Amino acid sequence: MTGELGQLALCFALALSLVMAGAGLVGARADALAARNIANGAAMGLLVFVALAFGTLTYAFIHSDFSIADVANNSHTLKPLVYKISGVWGNHEGSMLLWVLVLAVYAGLVAVLQRGGERLTSGALGVQGLLAAAFLLFILFTSNPFLRLDPAPFEGAGLNPLLQDPGLAVHPPMLYAGYVGLSAAFSYAAAALIVGEQAIRAQWARAARPFMLIAWIALTCGIALGSWWAYYELGWGGFWFWDPVENASLMPWLIATALLHSALATEKSGAFRTWTLLLAIAGFSLSLIGTFLVRSGVLSSVHAFASDPTRGFFIMVLIALAIGGALALFAWRAPSLQGGAAFEPVSRETTLLLNNVFLVAACACVFVGTLYPLVLDAVSGTKISVGPPYYALTFAPIFFALLVLVPLGPRLGWKRAELKPAIQSLYPALGLAAIAAVAVLAIVSPRGLAATGAFAMAGWLIGASIIDVRKRKGARASAFAAALAHAGLGISLMGVAGTTAWRSEALDVLSPGQTMTVGPYTLRFDGVTREKGPNYIADRAHVAVMDGASVKTTLLPEHRFYPAEGQDMNDTAIRTTGFRDLYLALGDDRGSNRFTIRAYVSPLAPFIWLGGLVMALGGLLSLWGRLRVREPEKKPAAPAQAMAAE
Amino acid sequence: MKYVVALLLMIVPALAVPVADTFSDPAMEARARNLQRQLRCLVCQAQSIDESNADLAADMRHLVRSQMREGRTDQQIEDFLVARYGDFVLMRPPVQSDTWMLWLAPFLVLGAGGAVAWVTVKKAGAKGA
Repeated sequence: MTGELGQLALCFALALSLVMAGAGLVGARADALAARNIANGAAMGLLVFVALAFGTLTYAFIHSDFSIADVANNSHTLKPLVYKISGVWGNHEGSMLLWVLVLAVYAGLVAVLQRGGERLTSGALGVQGLLAAAFLLFILFTSNPFLRLDPAPFEGAGLNPLLQDPGLAVHPPMLYAGYVGLSAAFSYAAAALIVGEQAIRAQWARAARPFMLIAWIALTCGIALGSWWAYYELGWGGFWFWDPVENASLMPWLIATALLHSALATEKSGAFRTWTLLLAIAGFSLSLIGTFLVRSGVLSSVHAFASDPTRGFFIMVLIALAIGGALALFAWRAPSLQGGAAFEPVSRETTLLLNNVFLVAACACVFVGTLYPLVLDAVSGTKISVGPPYYALTFAPIFFALLVLVPLGPRLGWKRAELKPAIQSLYPALGLAAIAAVAVLAIVSPRGLAATGAFAMAGWLIGASIIDVRKRKGARASAFAAALAHAGLGISLMGVAGTTAWRSEALDVLSPGQTMTVGPYTLRFDGVTREKGPNYIADRAHVAVMDGASVKTTLLPEHRFYPAEGQDMNDTAIRTTGFRDLYLALGDDRGSNRFTIRAYVSPLAPFIWLGGLVMALGGLLSLWGRLRVREPEKKPAAPAQAMAAE
Repeated sequence: MKYVVALLLMIVPALAVPVADTFSDPAMEARARNLQRQLRCLVCQAQSIDESNADLAADMRHLVRSQMREGRTDQQIEDFLVARYGDFVLMRPPVQSDTWMLWLAPFLVLGAGGAVAWVTVKKAGAKGA
């Protein structure tokens, strides 16, 4: 029954999404109160039925109902409960259902919060409805998770062991919350273009801001989680590979960051109206393209569980319609938007504009680096690789230039500002940057230009954030939020530079009792034991970290074999001081109890993800500040500004 | 299917890697590592031969090192591998007629963005005056 119930729920959800689309778009008109009520109700109904479908699939996974093909192909009775649940989205069909669930949650939030007034909300719901309908059709016709198997197999095929990991259990929902969160900004932007009245249009950036923030926070956390997972799971101590799938999540993040800054200018001073709309469209378009890249099987990697060409074709048509439709709407309606506000060359507007130029260029770099090899291969059959050296020469300098400007922005007022006092107030940050650079040159070896520059930059960013927090006692949450987010960038930068420049490593084949050294540590290999996990068999190495003759601690890197899936996996062991990671991976069995041990000492590695967390906290603080202050729903300054701009 | 194979190759531990294949001279070792990071493992997803468990990566590491022992320069070794495996093996794409857009595009976007920003700031300033 469960499969049919889920199927039925999906069909109801499709019908409701179509109702929501129609009623929502009609409700954007002034006199269509009834349509607006229908759209709100349909949004709630959509959420209920998608949640029901998702719950049904989860139930089938938990109870190992192998009469459902998706469960049989991706689960196993011996899997721990948490991976039975995370297995729901550890496959193509289930992850698309999760995508629609997140979309329905956002639509529900849009309907409940009614930000930006009834008409804007209604238009946004209409666009959300169109997106939901498109994805539900995609699921029902190409990726139905409820298809039956007859006869049902006795046992399931299991889940890729790479995905059986707490980090990867949380990573996809987090990333989807980000990708799909951008759909709310997209829907509001489209609604603003659909609604004619300037006074209502001017509200959209303010109305959509919480959704932009949620999306940005979720993307930040999702990317950090993914990078952390790659670090501890892949066994080579790397944290970012410029893999196309990683890039697919980085691009929306870069644009979402640009959007947050540009929307701020639109909201506070009325500048960059059309540009902000375009960014909202671009942000979600990149989320869709990311989904296409990951889901269509265009890229061959861990993430591409789908290599069915009909799916790829369907998503491509869907993307073309969504992006093309939004851009057509933009081209048609944007010229009727009132022109930008006045501001002086030295003003916060200018710094936000430069922020956007650099972020968009950085995104272009990732975009070209990801898609160029695919296009070149398709056009001429030439295969090239675009690896880290390309990004070091293109992305790094562009992003570095952006970071130089970061501390300046919050110090300049809107419309018109003075450069001199702003720079003078940054002298302590410059001092900190100089101290950081000198310290790196004096203390740490090997010396390197990149690491020195990165630490000077971190000092500059963190110093400016400290000044901000100290000087602005009693300031609004948003000032602190910006300071936190910018400091987080500095912290991550230190982690990246420290790990890249000063990582030491050792590779040795050891018999029990033998020792090796890596960085400041002496390690003693105490042999390998055979352990039995819930659904795997592990070779567990016992490696003692020595302090003279005594054992300080023992690390247990494992090599696991998953019989159900027939796959091997490394499970690394990491001991961290917060400032330095000791990282061990168990290599191959050399016979007669001799094993290869790979050891790394990565200085400041935890800072990479700590910085991401601090950035996300900055986002949360900003969100809290937004939602705590009940927005004055009567008309705020916006119409007055719109008139002033005329 | 191709990626399944690639994935399997990636996870199956490399039995072929001769651990003893390191240079005692730290400068040579550093050179080898640097070179290894520039070369892509052909069966992995986005990994260099420096950080891959695949058998092929181990063989390629061995190849790089034995060529270094023969006194070949980095350029000669890269050229040798490109002749054998194509440009795909280079992590840093070559600058040639079919890749100049790849290298220029980010800076063209930066330049265009800068130009648009310039015009926007001028216009916004004129409005206030």
